[in-house]
Amino acid sequence: MTSRIAETFARCKAEGRIALMPYLMVGYPERGSTMALAPALEQAGADLFELGVPFSDPLADGATIQRAAEQSLRNGVRLPDCLRTAADLRAAGLQAPLVMMGYYNPFLQYGIDRLCADAQAAGVDGLIIPDLPPEEAEEASAACQANQLDLICFVAPTTPEPRIRQIAQIASGFIYCVALTGVTGARTELWSGLPDFLARVRQHTDLPLVVGFGISTAAHIRQVGAYADGAIVASALINTLDALAPEAQTAGAAAFVRGLR
Amino acid sequence: MTTTIDRPGRYGPYGGSFIPETLAPAVAALDDAYRAAQGDQAFWDELNALHQSFSGRPTPLTHARRMSDQLGGAQIYLKREDLAHTGAHKINNALGQGLLARRMGKTRIIAETGAGQHGVATAAVCAMLGMQCIVYMGTEDMERQKPNVFRMRLMGAEVRGVSTGSRTLKDAVNEAMRDWVSNPESYYLLGSALGPHPYPAMVRDFQSVIGRESRAQMLETVGRLPDVVVACVGGGSNAIGMFHGFLADEQVDLRGVEAGGRSAALGEHAARFSGGRPGVFQGTRTYVLQDEDGQIALTHSISAGLDYAAVGPEHAKLHDDERAFYTSASDEQALAAFQALSQLEGILPALESAHAIAEAMRLAPTMRRDQIILVNLSGRGDKDIFTIAGVLGVDV
Ligand SMILES: Cc1ncc(COP(=O)(O)O)c(C=O)c1O
Repeated sequence: MTSRIAETFARCKAEGRIALMPYLMVGYPERGSTMALAPALEQAGADLFELGVPFSDPLADGATIQRAAEQSLRNGVRLPDCLRTAADLRAAGLQAPLVMMGYYNPFLQYGIDRLCADAQAAGVDGLIIPDLPPEEAEEASAACQANQLDLICFVAPTTPEPRIRQIAQIASGFIYCVALTGVTGARTELWSGLPDFLARVRQHTDLPLVVGFGISTAAHIRQVGAYADGAIVASALINTLDALAPEAQTAGAAAFVRGLR
Repeated sequence: MTTTIDRPGRYGPYGGSFIPETLAPAVAALDDAYRAAQGDQAFWDELNALHQSFSGRPTPLTHARRMSDQLGGAQIYLKREDLAHTGAHKINNALGQGLLARRMGKTRIIAETGAGQHGVATAAVCAMLGMQCIVYMGTEDMERQKPNVFRMRLMGAEVRGVSTGSRTLKDAVNEAMRDWVSNPESYYLLGSALGPHPYPAMVRDFQSVIGRESRAQMLETVGRLPDVVVACVGGGSNAIGMFHGFLADEQVDLRGVEAGGRSAALGEHAARFSGGRPGVFQGTRTYVLQDEDGQIALTHSISAGLDYAAVGPEHAKLHDDERAFYTSASDEQALAAFQALSQLEGILPALESAHAIAEAMRLAPTMRRDQIILVNLSGRGDKDIFTIAGVLGVDV
């Protein structure tokens, strides 16, 4: 059985376009926002979703996602709420793959096996854990495999060639290519070394390559479309939400995602 | 009992390296460089020479006679890290890592600081070695450790205030890590036996000079080893450095003292062993203060240097193995110990170190007069006079 993630990338490829993967911090800006935002963004052309699980100390994230996490936590959102949101989105008919992104400690405290079983049952397709390098991922990787979840691996511009090869060997679903040397956050320009970096990763894998960190505009998406299979848009989407009045946020975010094409 | 390290960077189930991929190569390069330095006698010769000529080592051992007499029990000895240059044990690690950074060809140094002692030590070493120094510090800590902020700036360091989260040490570590992720060619000079491998091992090695000197000084001046060794535990660097001198002496009782804060309620203290449980935080697996969902808890201590939600991973193993025991002292007990040591011995201890003094004051009367408690006096209290004055309601 091919996974929802693999199917989605295959379809996008067949249609000759890059897959769009908006990042939604669960429970941001309001506790119930994700239930309205995800379906609207799917309508607007989102192909997959990264569902952010809020954490108190997100050390790979810049100010925008830190602030969103703090707000989500203040809204009372915790990991069980994120799993429930995924299940509710599936029940409401959402088709796009859901990849849950969260820091390791909340996952560990919930129990890795239990998390993977519950995530799978909720209709989640994969996990992204930015502070869990492959060296430490044995347990998570086994639990993901047992529950048909993809544990998404990162490569960064700093990752040396031999390590890219090792990571490519154990990766599944897609490879998260960090588009800059830094933390998340909207940027005006793409890193000039990005095409070469993606070409280097491409030599070692047939998996879809998804770029994230700093991808903010339609122009960025057009540029990375030439060499990547997918693009994650996080901070720029949060900034868009923040600039809008609450009642205009869902439509505004949908317009933003439509505009990325 | 074994306290062997199963794999490099592991302390039983604790330790490891939980970091974003962007940093993986930088951390691996650091590990390689440290390993190479470890085997290079010239590196240690230079470090030892600087310990003497720059830091004023060896630091003395002081018999706290009046305090011992007044308590009427065990004899209390103080290892005087407060007399090391810049006023705390932090200089031992800053010097070691500073030399390592220079050896790696680094010119931009990043550090975090809580009480400001590590920041001051790093600023001093950077000035001495001619390197750029950027120190992240929670804005709450900047307020309560003002003298240290000014000392860092006087030595040419740039102090960057961090106003996220609890605005204390953990937030400063987050920000320093973010800087490092953005500038992996910089050197992150982490200040305690915390974080991803190789930091816990490397910082311990650089702080082990405390335990080595102490053990030799005890044998030299008293003719025997102490019965109990006490050290305060923030991230755990002064304690692990002290403990390592006595780990092989199984009869020596090792005691770490955490910050008991205002109460035992989560958020009101920093007693990780009594109030926390194993988790992964800021690069390492260890005991962490957290809520039931794994969100990192806020902490409180009157001492900025102990006010942190996790403890060094090697302490987690020593705790589980019962090779060391961990207790806590409250804000109030630390303040009382501060005043007692000031008045009985003419030594103002850092509020962090006052936690260790408090434990010694509690233990001494339960022991015989011919027994010995060795306390690591990790730093001096000048930085804390404004906090103390505030508590005492005095204007300075
Ligand atoms: C004087 C002093 N003692 C102790 C500590 C706690 O750190 P550690 O547990 O790493 O020794 C600090 C930290 O700032 C300090 O300044």
